[in-house]
Amino acid sequence: MVRHALAPAIELRGVTKRFLTPKGGVYTAIRDLSLRVAPGEFCALVGPTGSGKSTTLALISGLEPPSQGEVEVLGKPVNGVGSNIGYVFQADAVFPWKSVLDNVAAGPRYRGASNREARERAQDWIKRVGLAGFEDRYPHQLSGGMRKRVALAQTLINSPEVLLMDEPFSALDVQTRSLMENELLELWAASSATVVFVTHDLEEAIALADRVFVLTAGPATVKGNYPVDLPRPRNVSEIRFQPRFAEIYEEIWSDLRDEVLVSYERQKRSGAA
Amino acid sequence: MSVRSVVARPDAAAPAGAFAADAARLPDEGAGRRARAARRRQFKVQVLRLAFAIVWLGSWELTTRVGIVDKFFFGMPSGIVLRLWTWITEGTALGPLWEQVVVTMEETVLGFLVGSVLGIVFGVVLGSNRLLADVLSPYIKAANSIPRVVLGALFAISLGLDLKSKVATASILVFFVVFFNAFQGVREVDRNLLANARILGADNRRLTTEVILPSALSWIAASLHISFGLALVGAVVGELFGATQGVGELIYNAKNSFDANGVFAGMALLAVVALVAESLITALENRLIKWRPNPVTDVAI
Repeated sequence: MVRHALAPAIELRGVTKRFLTPKGGVYTAIRDLSLRVAPGEFCALVGPTGSGKSTTLALISGLEPPSQGEVEVLGKPVNGVGSNIGYVFQADAVFPWKSVLDNVAAGPRYRGASNREARERAQDWIKRVGLAGFEDRYPHQLSGGMRKRVALAQTLINSPEVLLMDEPFSALDVQTRSLMENELLELWAASSATVVFVTHDLEEAIALADRVFVLTAGPATVKGNYPVDLPRPRNVSEIRFQPRFAEIYEEIWSDLRDEVLVSYERQKRSGAA
Repeated sequence: MSVRSVVARPDAAAPAGAFAADAARLPDEGAGRRARAARRRQFKVQVLRLAFAIVWLGSWELTTRVGIVDKFFFGMPSGIVLRLWTWITEGTALGPLWEQVVVTMEETVLGFLVGSVLGIVFGVVLGSNRLLADVLSPYIKAANSIPRVVLGALFAISLGLDLKSKVATASILVFFVVFFNAFQGVREVDRNLLANARILGADNRRLTTEVILPSALSWIAASLHISFGLALVGAVVGELFGATQGVGELIYNAKNSFDANGVFAGMALLAVVALVAESLITALENRLIKWRPNPVTDVAI
């Protein structure tokens, strides 16, 4: 793709991240990880559970500093949470004490918009994610899928140039999930955002992304980097039946399978111990 | 969970054929039946409550009248009602009855407010400052472990016999309860929510007002029920240590003149005050945390 000729939107160079465990030990989540994402590219990170995918997002977002190595977003080294980042969390992170409208309006208000302007823009985004009529509801009154829509609107209203998504749809049922995936692709197509989408579901990764990075079982590093040359616009629930989809799937799975097995063996062993 | 739903599925699918008509009619009838059952149960509860009061007060009245229980020590319901009636119509030895109630209420509410505000401020500050919390924690634990009502004696000496000493006693009781809840509430803030707010652009001030305080609020609100009761305890104990007015002083006087009915009458007054306050706090709580899935509605057990 031509996009790759441009300067990368996201670049991680030799990044390592260690955490102190509560017992005083050191846990290495990521070791010597390097990856580049082109501007406007939709890339997916797949890897077995506990492989440092979420940590990678936390580093890109600036929520966590790397222990070693460099993280650059839009050509600048990351230093704290940037204003051009959007982050959709795996768990529910909408504010339970705010109505849908106030949840979506939170970003603009924090960024200095007047109350009225923030509410107007929020109205617009609520409509775009199909929640018109639910402005006054509280999150606990909504279904899981609707709460994810709130989270999406809340994030996208800030028009982030880099959108980070941490298994955003993993808690949804299959039907809601493919609906949301299609909606995400539509919303993304209307923006020029660079997306990093973390998932452990390879099918989801291929259906959505331009490029799939396979991470090793923790400590994570990039094992493989696969372009996905499926045509757009895509319909997530239909693209799975294309022969090319199966080919790509097989290719990536042969890489991923080993890592999943490693991770599985490890879990079994720590479970037995 | 999943096992149960698998088992339930054949049942749910069964009435598809011949029983479809039955199945369609069932929900309405079921709803009506449930509503009727709920009403019947509600009625039963009310009747049993009344019966409990009759048996309790009746046996008390009867045993004291017959002389099995000495009414000099234990009073008797009719005597208590009579005492309350004289207090209402002729006033008490300390002045009109409403004045005593107002004085105690004033001490309670002021103590409650002072204690709550201080508790919330200290709880939030210490909850968000790890170092300060670590430095002060042994002192707080020590302060919390002493029976703080005895401080009422100290306050009676240092602050005098008027309003101030009672407010101080009440507020110190309230402070610790609210403080610990606010502290815990701040500590238990969901990390995801904080991260989300930071990504959305919140600065530190916004993090406090938009995430930390609201999420601590449900803890704080839960402590308000207990702490209002403690404020009342503080006010009354303060009055017992020395006062010129108030329901506590009324009880103290009754005790000094061996008037058991007077003591009980004072208790009944306090119970009414506490129940009214409780319902006000429940209303306040439901307002403050209306976003919660299950607001506390069944406090009035």
